[in-house]
Amino acid sequence: MELSKQYQTENQTGTLPKKGFDFKDFFQLITQSKSVLIGGAFVLVVVICAIFAPVISTHDPYEMNMSERLLTPMEDGHILGTDQYGRDLFSRIIYGARVSLEVGLVSVVLAMVIGVTLGLVSGYYGGWVDTLIMRVVDIFLSFPVLLLAIALVAALGPGIENVILALGFVYWTNYARIVRANVLAIKEEEYIQAAKTIGSNDFRIIFLNILPNCLAPIVVVATLGLGTAIVSEATLSFLGLGIQPPESSWGWTLAFGMKFIREAPHLSVYPGLAIMFTVLGFNLLGDGIRDLTDSKLKRN
Amino acid sequence: MATFIVKRFFQFIPVLLGISILVFFLLHLIPGDPALTLLGQDATKEDLERLRNVLGLNEPLYIQLMVFLKNLFQGDLGISIFQDTPVITLISTHLPATLELAVVAMIIALLIAIPLGIISAVKQFSWLDYGSMFFAQIGVSMPVFWMGLLLIIGFSVNLNILPSFGRGEPLLDAFVQTIQTGNLFYLVDSLQHIILPAFTLGVMSAALITRMVRSAMLEVLKEDYIRTAEAKGVRGIVVIMKHAFRNALIPVVTIVGLQFGNLLGGAIVTETVFAWPGIGRLVITAISQRDFPVVQGCVLMIALIFALINLIVDILYAIINPKIQQG
Repeated sequence: MELSKQYQTENQTGTLPKKGFDFKDFFQLITQSKSVLIGGAFVLVVVICAIFAPVISTHDPYEMNMSERLLTPMEDGHILGTDQYGRDLFSRIIYGARVSLEVGLVSVVLAMVIGVTLGLVSGYYGGWVDTLIMRVVDIFLSFPVLLLAIALVAALGPGIENVILALGFVYWTNYARIVRANVLAIKEEEYIQAAKTIGSNDFRIIFLNILPNCLAPIVVVATLGLGTAIVSEATLSFLGLGIQPPESSWGWTLAFGMKFIREAPHLSVYPGLAIMFTVLGFNLLGDGIRDLTDSKLKRN
Repeated sequence: MATFIVKRFFQFIPVLLGISILVFFLLHLIPGDPALTLLGQDATKEDLERLRNVLGLNEPLYIQLMVFLKNLFQGDLGISIFQDTPVITLISTHLPATLELAVVAMIIALLIAIPLGIISAVKQFSWLDYGSMFFAQIGVSMPVFWMGLLLIIGFSVNLNILPSFGRGEPLLDAFVQTIQTGNLFYLVDSLQHIILPAFTLGVMSAALITRMVRSAMLEVLKEDYIRTAEAKGVRGIVVIMKHAFRNALIPVVTIVGLQFGNLLGGAIVTETVFAWPGIGRLVITAISQRDFPVVQGCVLMIALIFALINLIVDILYAIINPKIQQG
């Protein structure tokens, strides 16, 4: 958003913008925020766990050993104890980061592709296209998102692909609304009128002139959306609708842990802590980026 | 005002239709033959045919949609495959428990959020402010079901002072019984059962409302009339509650309304954790039994209530803030 403002200023001095998003400037900006740095550090830890899971984990997360079932933390070399099948909880949590990040990232990209495309089309063309798309957005916003995701997975069946599809399908509205609002402002800019005058086609204007100027709010929504998607995946898995065993999912591990809440409460504590740590990281990161972009906008 | 309400109401009708159509198509998202998926591979041909007739799957799609909408208009949400009971009956027996849970959760959320938000704004950048904002950040990052599990471990497993599952007498009934008999047992039992699920459900809303109260209060506290009131020597608490908080209420009312709708969605998870016999638990049980008419009916009912709450919030917002009507 701040970048579109920047172009407005450049426009007034007669400079036609060539690109809409300066990554160097953006990264210089985000390192000024404590929220971004703390959130970023949390996210980095989770990403490292996911990438280097085979190195960090102490045991095979899928190996069952009934003689070691429900061990407490630090017992027999198991840092966080074991589950009901004797599998190492620490290793399962580390591997669970892979599933959470994978589902989070892919579903956010899917929601982004659907939402950004519809938001661009809606804002740029206006008229009945805009009305139609915005009514569909209204219909989707009439559902509690988790309920719609549950209903979709109930119909499609459980599994990682269906969870990704369901989450992508329910979270696209945020992108559509924010992009549409930005497009409505940007399309009135002189450089867009100039692009039309020199004969640029709609596709080129939408994707090369308008989209780059909407990237900052999209980054904010996507970062916050990652946290939401991770919680949603964990919730679906907890309800038995998401990732299926033997795959290691934080939500699924918690659902099983609930059955042993009296004998082994640690099974209900640590996977939840991992979810909260990850989501907190993305939320802090998203909030920080939003505050920075908003304050830069105000300064401009 | 009347024009705004009528206009907003007419905008609501296509949304209702859209919700109904989306819920109708849920059944058709089931891969392959829905009847076979719902009854399983062991189902006989007769059973499959009977279910197809019950669900109307033998008719062309547009006829199915018309019949679905017509039945819906008449309050007929179909028959439960598993329980052989009208879906509307199942919903009407489970919905009061969910509404009771959501109302108590919202009361808890407001009791936490309003004082925290006000203190946080008045003492901006103090440790109280940082503490409140830390709570808000943790509250929105914590999965609802994990919060529930932690409370069960703390209050049911370790302290053994609150039940971990089930529902006592409906709260209103218990209240009436207590007044009539003078015996506190039913009321205490009901409160003991509802406190953990309601707190679990209310925490996330509390976190979001705390943030909203804080930011609305910060905006208002900068206004000239606050400075004027202070200069006139009005007591601090009166300035905060009468002049600042009342004016900060507009955005707060909006988020409270929207959060109430979200509580209905969150209730699905909370009810599963605490075995609370509400509509959320009904949905999850129906999904596990592949009882799709019940799933459709419950989803539709929750979405309709959610949409209705949004409509009421919009109208209330317009009443509180007349500028909205002009937009």
